[in-house]
Amino acid sequence: MTAAASTDIKIIGKDEQLGYTAYQFGSFKFRRDEYFAHVEWPGGVRIIEIDRFLRALVRDIGWQFFYGWIFFDDIFGTQNHYGTVDIFGGTYDSGHKAAKTDFIETFPTDKVVTAFDTIARDWISEGYDPLRAPQETGSPLGRKAEPRKDALVRGFTPAKRMLGLPGDVTPRSDQSGHPVNRAFADLEFDKPEVHAEPGFEGQLNAINLFDHIARSDVTWNPSVASVTQASIFCVTSEEHMLPVIHGNDRNEWFIQLTDEIHWQVQDKNTGNPRGRIIMKSGDVCAMPADIRHQGFAPKRSMLLVAENGTPGLDELYAKGKLPPYPIEY
Amino acid sequence: MAYKTHVASLKNFQKGSLDIVNDDKKHYAFSNFFEVAGKAKPFERVAVAKNIEYAVEVAKIDGTSPWYAAAHDEFCLVMDGEVSIHFVKLDPSAAVPSGKRGAVQLPASPNGQKMGYVKGRRGHHVLLPAGAAYQLTSSAGPAVVLFQTVAGDVTIERWKDICIS
Repeated sequence: MTAAASTDIKIIGKDEQLGYTAYQFGSFKFRRDEYFAHVEWPGGVRIIEIDRFLRALVRDIGWQFFYGWIFFDDIFGTQNHYGTVDIFGGTYDSGHKAAKTDFIETFPTDKVVTAFDTIARDWISEGYDPLRAPQETGSPLGRKAEPRKDALVRGFTPAKRMLGLPGDVTPRSDQSGHPVNRAFADLEFDKPEVHAEPGFEGQLNAINLFDHIARSDVTWNPSVASVTQASIFCVTSEEHMLPVIHGNDRNEWFIQLTDEIHWQVQDKNTGNPRGRIIMKSGDVCAMPADIRHQGFAPKRSMLLVAENGTPGLDELYAKGKLPPYPIEY
Repeated sequence: MAYKTHVASLKNFQKGSLDIVNDDKKHYAFSNFFEVAGKAKPFERVAVAKNIEYAVEVAKIDGTSPWYAAAHDEFCLVMDGEVSIHFVKLDPSAAVPSGKRGAVQLPASPNGQKMGYVKGRRGHHVLLPAGAAYQLTSSAGPAVVLFQTVAGDVTIERWKDICIS
């Protein structure tokens, strides 16, 4: 693992025919054509379908690199060290390791955000929104067109204590520009009744969490709904496929609120298969700290993710001071 | 054609599946919280997820629960039925000591000022604020709630009974 010699993204070329800019960030080079992203590192190169690459890229920025590993595909991705970020190619693939074509480089987090945002801004045109479900947006294929004018990243604002409390994040609504998604139009969304005695106004709080999730205009984007100490409840609407493979650096728990999601689970370090999980409404399942997983949702569904945000947990798991699974029984 | 969203309930749930190779199924602690609630006694707070000190508990609310309180915030997500939650601001002398983890069951109705109540149904997420005692009552048959909390005195762990293994 090496620290990048240069941590600022640089323009290294422009495809005059297609209009896209090519970049170098540290030792990694990025360029795109009409259909693919090409990522190059010392000794290796990876070609990734452009829709998948951009869906992963924008989420990685929005998640601030999330907990642990974000695999854009089986070979290329990032690892969060909460202050620095590794970008890797082939590091968690036995073939690349054996051929010595693996490479990993460490950058300050803010520099990676800037670099990825620069690439995304240049490579994403008006009409394509990688945070939406595929049926709800245009295509990223083809030549560069008018640039997007609105925010690439949205929906990631975390509640500090609980959605809807005075001074905290407001749940989604028609007024905030978030209509109920077509896939949840069959549900009825009533409001909880909150009756506070005089003097306790603002101290009691309740929201319709299903309504909040149903109005999400992004998919595979866990956003914080409530927090007690370092226990974090994140909620998200899931449709089509998780456009990354998430490698855990701690245990997390999935609680399926509606419909179903199919998960493919692999060993985090090798990518070897560990299994397949089908979660239906009411199911609860741990995602251990030594796996990577990818979800597939045949119909838009609601998922609750329970995280432990205690600082330093990643290191305890990495050093083997905590077992990679959450429960002994 | 309109979409049909499936939300399970105490009476109507279908568990998914866990097909694991090269690992131990126990590591995934797979359960269904409607099934767990259905088999539990009313008001038992059974852990269905635990992440070191933090827990997600499920409870079947059938009638009126004991009073609970915690030194930290908790949250309650109603997943079936209708639940009324009444709150009392605990007198400082009766408050759960700072640093105490998880909910505690109070031996009797608490003294203190009434804060009000919340009535919630499926999908409603309710704050159970630190320092307040609370009591849950189901008003139309058994209800199911999930608690976001810290594992503590009232947390019941019966993983062997609830998980696929």
